Amino acid sequence: MGSSSSSRNKIPNAQELMRQTGFSSAHLLRLHDRFESLDRDNRGYLSPDDFEALGGLAMNPIGGRIIEAFFSSGQDTVDFSSFVRILAHFRPTDRNRNKEGTQQELPSSRTRKLKFAFQLYDLDRDGKISREELLQVLRAMLGLQVTEEQLQSIAERAIQEADLDKDDAISFDEFKKSLEKMDIDTKMSVSFLK
Amino acid sequence: MAASWGFTLFLCVLLMVCRGLSLAGEDPDQTLSSSGQVKALNPEIDNALSSNHGTTGEGGHAVEPITTLPIVSWKWHHVTTPYLVALWILVSWLCKLVIEANHHVTSVIPESALLICFGFILGGMIWAADKVQTFRLTPTVFFFYLLPQVILDAGYHMPNKLFFTNLGGILVHAVIGTCWNAASLGLSLWGCQMGGAMGDLDIGLLQYLLFGSLMAAVDPVAVIAVFEQVHVNDVLFIMVFGESLLNDGVTVVLFNVFDAFVSLGGPKIDAAEIIKGIVSFFVVAFGGSLVGLVFGLLISLLTRCTKNIQIIEPGFIFVLGYLSYLTAEMLSLSAILSIVFCGMCCQKYINANMDENSVQTVRYAMKAFANGSETIIFVFLGISAIDKVIWVWNTGFILLTLLFVLVYRFIGVFFLTWILNRYRLVPLEFVDQVIMSYGGLRGAVAYGLAVMLDENKIKEKNLMVCTTLIVVYFTVILQGITMKPLVMWLKVKRAAVTEVSLLEKLTNKMFNHTLVAIEDISGQIGHNYMRSKWKYFEENWMSWILMKPSARKKQDQVFDVFHQLNLKDAMEYVTEGERRGSLEFVRNENSIIDFKKKSESESFDINNANMSNDHGAIRDPIPSVSLEMHEQIMKAVREAEAINAHHLLDQHLYKSRKQHRHRFSRSHFDINRDEKEVQEIFQRTMRNRLKSFTSAKMGVKPPKTIVKHTQKEQQQKMPNGKSMDKAKTSYSGDEGSEGDSASGYDQSYMRATYRAGAGIENPAFMPDLDPMDLLQIPPWLGESELDSSMVALSHRAQVDLPRTPSNLRRLAPLRISTRSTDSFTLENIPDTQQMDSDQLQPPPPPPRPPRDDGYV
Repeated sequence: MGSSSSSRNKIPNAQELMRQTGFSSAHLLRLHDRFESLDRDNRGYLSPDDFEALGGLAMNPIGGRIIEAFFSSGQDTVDFSSFVRILAHFRPTDRNRNKEGTQQELPSSRTRKLKFAFQLYDLDRDGKISREELLQVLRAMLGLQVTEEQLQSIAERAIQEADLDKDDAISFDEFKKSLEKMDIDTKMSVSFLK
Repeated sequence: MAASWGFTLFLCVLLMVCRGLSLAGEDPDQTLSSSGQVKALNPEIDNALSSNHGTTGEGGHAVEPITTLPIVSWKWHHVTTPYLVALWILVSWLCKLVIEANHHVTSVIPESALLICFGFILGGMIWAADKVQTFRLTPTVFFFYLLPQVILDAGYHMPNKLFFTNLGGILVHAVIGTCWNAASLGLSLWGCQMGGAMGDLDIGLLQYLLFGSLMAAVDPVAVIAVFEQVHVNDVLFIMVFGESLLNDGVTVVLFNVFDAFVSLGGPKIDAAEIIKGIVSFFVVAFGGSLVGLVFGLLISLLTRCTKNIQIIEPGFIFVLGYLSYLTAEMLSLSAILSIVFCGMCCQKYINANMDENSVQTVRYAMKAFANGSETIIFVFLGISAIDKVIWVWNTGFILLTLLFVLVYRFIGVFFLTWILNRYRLVPLEFVDQVIMSYGGLRGAVAYGLAVMLDENKIKEKNLMVCTTLIVVYFTVILQGITMKPLVMWLKVKRAAVTEVSLLEKLTNKMFNHTLVAIEDISGQIGHNYMRSKWKYFEENWMSWILMKPSARKKQDQVFDVFHQLNLKDAMEYVTEGERRGSLEFVRNENSIIDFKKKSESESFDINNANMSNDHGAIRDPIPSVSLEMHEQIMKAVREAEAINAHHLLDQHLYKSRKQHRHRFSRSHFDINRDEKEVQEIFQRTMRNRLKSFTSAKMGVKPPKTIVKHTQKEQQQKMPNGKSMDKAKTSYSGDEGSEGDSASGYDQSYMRATYRAGAGIENPAFMPDLDPMDLLQIPPWLGESELDSSMVALSHRAQVDLPRTPSNLRRLAPLRISTRSTDSFTLENIPDTQQMDSDQLQPPPPPPRPPRDDGYV
């Protein structure tokens, strides 16, 4: 335990991060190690290239989008605290903390998870998933299995299903509503190693 | 209520008849020949058959010299066994029928409990009549004929992803939990006996352990029956259900090991034997699963090439599934595991490989078999109870067993879940654990094993059987009844009624990719990573080998949901059309055009919005789901649903003379699509038109039909034309020009196109024929047409009559043109035209005639 508290000092404002993200210190330490191994030049931040160097991510059909999500604020670097904050979306939702209700909403809450997913669709960040954006996702994920017309009719139909105000796009509220029954907690959580 | 009593009476009568028959047929040496003691329900059919065969072979008329030619003779022996089997199946199912007729009862008491109670009654009747229990559930029948059906169904319909996600937890519960149950129950009972709680019983430690091992397993049949009606959340269900399926391997091994130990006797058991026992566990469990996998792959491979024998295609799944069960049994591996894995492994590939109809057949037949044999199992569990021989009462033993079974189940589940929860992503909640423990139902498997005990080695076999039965009744009836209230009371998360939505599926898929990416980024190999690797392997290798090339393309989940949704819509579309009295709007291209405009008119949009959310909107005069559906069809003409809709349509629209032919054919189930017949339809139509045309020209009073149809068309055109004008004027020209262009060379032109064979099977083609055909048009269609014609006559008479040649010239060709040209090509025109105005609208795919037509 002594070693972990000493190495915790390496991480800038660890307490603050733990409070904001809900990660335990063991998690933070592990992620910090990972961060450093990704940051090959020891610059203290990651650039998109660092992510792209990951083999698995390059093969992932929506890998590009996920990388983008890390650089959402417009910068082209990400430091450790924002790195952790993004990853924190994928923690399982803690029920106890939410019940207390006094704290701010953690990134792992249902709404924040959904927001994250929504942003993966919403490339131009106008708060709406347009037909074109949906098509792009579809194209990336269904790929060659389906013809273009089929993709289009799928996109069309998906929009129609969710689109309540008939503006031919899915807003976040509509998105949230149409995924109401989905078990987001299990479907968008990763068990982070300690 | 009266009805149900009537049914019960009927059942009694049936039973009496059945018993009477069996008595009448009671033949001393036959009773002896089959199994010595009481005659069981269908003793091994082979046996029975051979013995029957024997009697008929030598007997029949040969026994007594023929004095006269018998016209009819009473040959009960000839049919005894199959007759009884069939009769019992009938009786069991009738029980179910009676039970299901009373919904207020089944909502409180689960069906399985009621079936057992019915079994009591039936057993009582037999007992009262025979003074000995003539029928009971024998291990052979249960394990060889009844159980495989239920388990195959369970495996085949297993939600694979859910199962493998929770596999760790399931295995821990199935293996460790079952061992714990067996050991704790055996040891505690033994301890209690040592303490003198049960009086004088001749049971040793090993026998207690044997008893514990047969009591340990949670029964899949009982679990399915009870949990099916409760609808708890998916994770909870799969935990209980998966455990109940997989722990069979453990039970069988434990049972066999202890059985062997009991025969060996205590002193001969040394470490080597124990180690052998443990090894045999792994061999039995994994070997069984492996056999199942092999057979699953075999089925998948087979279905790749069964295209030409579609009718018996579904049979392969059943036969091979059963063979996998028997093979595992033959190799003394776990048969249940084998058939479970067989079902799980092949499900994906056969669904992709086989024709949609065959898939449906498999699904239904599987359910029918499983449900049927489940019913029989429960009824016979009840019947078996009414037997004086097995009732050996020992209050201490029975009550203690009940108590221990319940208590140790709770302890085991809570302890194991506590450990598991430290590693689980989403921990199981307390209430879930309560339900899991409480859902530890014992059932027919335990009873079957208990009956299999050897009386010579285990003196107290009957006590054990009796205790097993009591535990089974206690868990199935009492726990089954209280399960629902408990679930309500604890507010266990229930399964959400899922309405498949595309966006949800899509997002789901995206989540999968996202999670893999996140695991990549955070540098850990979690199960998302493993799953993606497996998927990669599966897509690249397994599917390649096991799936037909044509099926491979369509296997995407999102696409699948899309397909399903469209199919559903197509069904609703047709139903709705029929409800409205006619499918007229399908045939009329104008209306389609109009529907396509829907996005531009407010009212339609509102309709659609309503429609997607609630089904109350079906009452709307215009079925907007259907309309929307039509748009979908038009856009994805290639999709099967278009074919499906058309299939339904032309089934309804034209009934040909030869339509019955397919019923006699065993291998062709297609609706008759003879080319000649189509020719005939065409010719009849054309003759008709020609007649009406000339008669009109001559000034002869036109036949009724013409008037009717013109009127109808006008009716339809009116609103459409209006909205079309409003929306786009250039559009309405389309039809007119069509008519004009066709007007010059109407008939010859048409006939020529026709011979070319284009659009023959088009349902838009049929309707206006001679009045005789009205008889063959389905009733709803016929009625409405008649109706409209009634109105038409009076109405039309006032407005205008198409008798002036100019008028006629326009009308007749127009009608021909709209009726007889292939609707696909016609629709194509509007589509492309619409493109101009609506940029967002994608170009429609090139139209293609339905694929499943008769001629190649």
